[in-house]
Amino acid sequence: MNLLGEDIVTEEGEFVINIGPQHPSTHGVLHLKVWLDGEMIKKIQPHLGYIHRSIEKMSESLSYRNFIYATSRMDYLSAHINNQACALCVEKGLQIEAPPRAQIIRVIMAELTRLASHQLWWGCTGLDLGAVTPFFYAFREREFIMEIMEETCGARLTMNYSVPGGVMYDIHPNFQTRVKDVLKQIRSKFNEYDDILTGNVIFEQRTKGVGYLSPEDAISFGCTGATARGSGVSCDVRKWFPYDGYEKVQFKEILETGGDCYARYMVRMAEMKQSVYIIEQLIDNIPQGDFQAKTKMVLKLPKGEFYQRVETARGELGVYIVSDGAASPYRIKYRSPNFCNLSALETMAVGSKIGDLVAIMSTIDLVIPDVDR
Amino acid sequence: MNLFLTISFSSIASSLHNWLTKTIGNLTMVQVTEMVLVGLSLLVFLVPLCFVLGYMERKVAAFMQIRLGPNRVGPKGTLQIVADTVKLLFKEGLTPNASDKFLFNLAPIIVVVTSMLVMAPIAFAKDFQLWDLNIGVLYVSSISSIGVIGILMAGWSSYNKYSLLGAMRSGAQIVSYELSVGLAIISIVILTGSLRMSDIVMSQANGWWIFKGHIPVFISFVIFLIASTAEINRAPFDLAEAEQELTAGFHTEYSGMKFAMFLLAEYINLFVVSAIGATLFLGGWMPFHISNWAGFNNVMDYLPSSIWFLGKTFFIIFIIMQFRWSFPRLRVDQLLTLEWKYLLPISMVNVILVTVMAIMGWHF
Repeated sequence: MNLLGEDIVTEEGEFVINIGPQHPSTHGVLHLKVWLDGEMIKKIQPHLGYIHRSIEKMSESLSYRNFIYATSRMDYLSAHINNQACALCVEKGLQIEAPPRAQIIRVIMAELTRLASHQLWWGCTGLDLGAVTPFFYAFREREFIMEIMEETCGARLTMNYSVPGGVMYDIHPNFQTRVKDVLKQIRSKFNEYDDILTGNVIFEQRTKGVGYLSPEDAISFGCTGATARGSGVSCDVRKWFPYDGYEKVQFKEILETGGDCYARYMVRMAEMKQSVYIIEQLIDNIPQGDFQAKTKMVLKLPKGEFYQRVETARGELGVYIVSDGAASPYRIKYRSPNFCNLSALETMAVGSKIGDLVAIMSTIDLVIPDVDR
Repeated sequence: MNLFLTISFSSIASSLHNWLTKTIGNLTMVQVTEMVLVGLSLLVFLVPLCFVLGYMERKVAAFMQIRLGPNRVGPKGTLQIVADTVKLLFKEGLTPNASDKFLFNLAPIIVVVTSMLVMAPIAFAKDFQLWDLNIGVLYVSSISSIGVIGILMAGWSSYNKYSLLGAMRSGAQIVSYELSVGLAIISIVILTGSLRMSDIVMSQANGWWIFKGHIPVFISFVIFLIASTAEINRAPFDLAEAEQELTAGFHTEYSGMKFAMFLLAEYINLFVVSAIGATLFLGGWMPFHISNWAGFNNVMDYLPSSIWFLGKTFFIIFIIMQFRWSFPRLRVDQLLTLEWKYLLPISMVNVILVTVMAIMGWHF
């Protein structure tokens, strides 16, 4: 029989625990090796590769129409935005533009996706901090959005709605009334979200001053999305490099200067309201016309390199296509937001407790299939 | 007159004792038989109690979380918890190879036995008490603190790092919060002048302490609620089994019946602290009385005392369950800060206030 103390603590006197790959709070198969001093974190090593599906390599043998479907499985919570990024990149290569109707539909769907993703994140943040109830409230509203998506394109999560040149189908006749109903519902529920979690004393204690990320670190780690904006780094692709007509809608880029978990939380909470605001501007102004541009059966991109960046719910997603003129891409590389955000985890978490690590991971809002691809 | 009022529990007990003495004759054998009977009746009482609490927990959670809760097995889902228990009974109780097998198997038994022992001095109804010993309150607080040994044992012997962390957390937590619970209890002992449970209940015949004792007793009641929630390891103080941090904390390696024992102990502890809170602050089985209102008091007496006791206990249980489903969990340092920097100083000052109040006779 092994006595305690022999190999629970290593020879150097270190106490190492493996959080994951199966652990309730890693939201997937992330494996963190954590060096501890009592409850204090000394060092963190993320181990990746548990859900590597070689999406990038696989895409090299798929046509320009087909490789988009694999991207739904990267960041599955912003599946539509991933599809949109790829479609935009292919459109860039073909030098065509989606018709205005398709662009507006894409933006509305993208914002609905962002809303749904943030709602799920909000529920999970509560869950990670030990409050189970918010999860159910978040899922109540998320369900409405999922139903809209199901009605529009037949899928709830991996939508595959964007295709090069527009969207796959036209919207359902009920779409506008239904979206307006849902927005009204969601707007009235924001106060409930604040009541149950934001204003809670324990919640503020758990998040304020925890997991500080300085703006310099945020830039040097390449953090994007709410993770960087919580540190005061302006990085919203929708503002800096507008696509699909984001330049025509009004919205604010939310910036907080705290750099801690609470700041990141507040950024996401405010972003939900901004998403509602964007959809409200567009929903009555969907122009008539085609929902898809005319394209050839077999798409062939000219020789060259093409890059398109979009703002997913978690940060900046970059799609980089190298084409040699054939019917399938020569090389595809995704710059995924979660991979860069995860790299900042150690900087944020060293010196804090295990409980803080959970809070930090949930406010970075990691989706592991996007880290590994 | 109400049937419950005419038949006193003590008369049943004494007639049973007389009958046993007549039939068996030997006094030692009589006592052994009585102990076995009491133990059996406690078990018969505890198992349905845990079913009720388990069902209640699920329904309260469902109520807070806009869902229905169990509603398939049995009428309104009442048999769901029975089905779960049967499942746990038939599961294989694994003992990890690397664990210290003796301590590993002993830990759940210690936890359950200590939580059952605390049941002894609780007055369930008028004259219905297993053991009305003269240091009742002291007995409760000393026995309930033995439970932490079982938890430490479980964490230590499991040979699992998560379990170890959970056990250490729970050790620090229970030892700290014991102080606040003790001080909150002491404020009532000061007012009553007795540690005996029956005296404490009788002292509230003309009004419960929470009403008679002005603000200081109310403060002790709130401190008692917070600290005892922490002492029984329930959310928001469930750091020992913090699911999101330590997967399941000290009972990570337990399965089957041994796991069920921890669950059983959790529910018994929940009932016990609520019962003690109800006894000390809300008058135990004593009906709601207002001094000088004879007519009103008579009407109140018509409800049987056991209903009063269970009503108050379940009221406190309901509050503690609501805590669990509405608050996030504290961090381990914040948990200790709350105790040592806020609750303990407040309860110390509060004890002095109560003492002054008791000496000057300012309470009703």
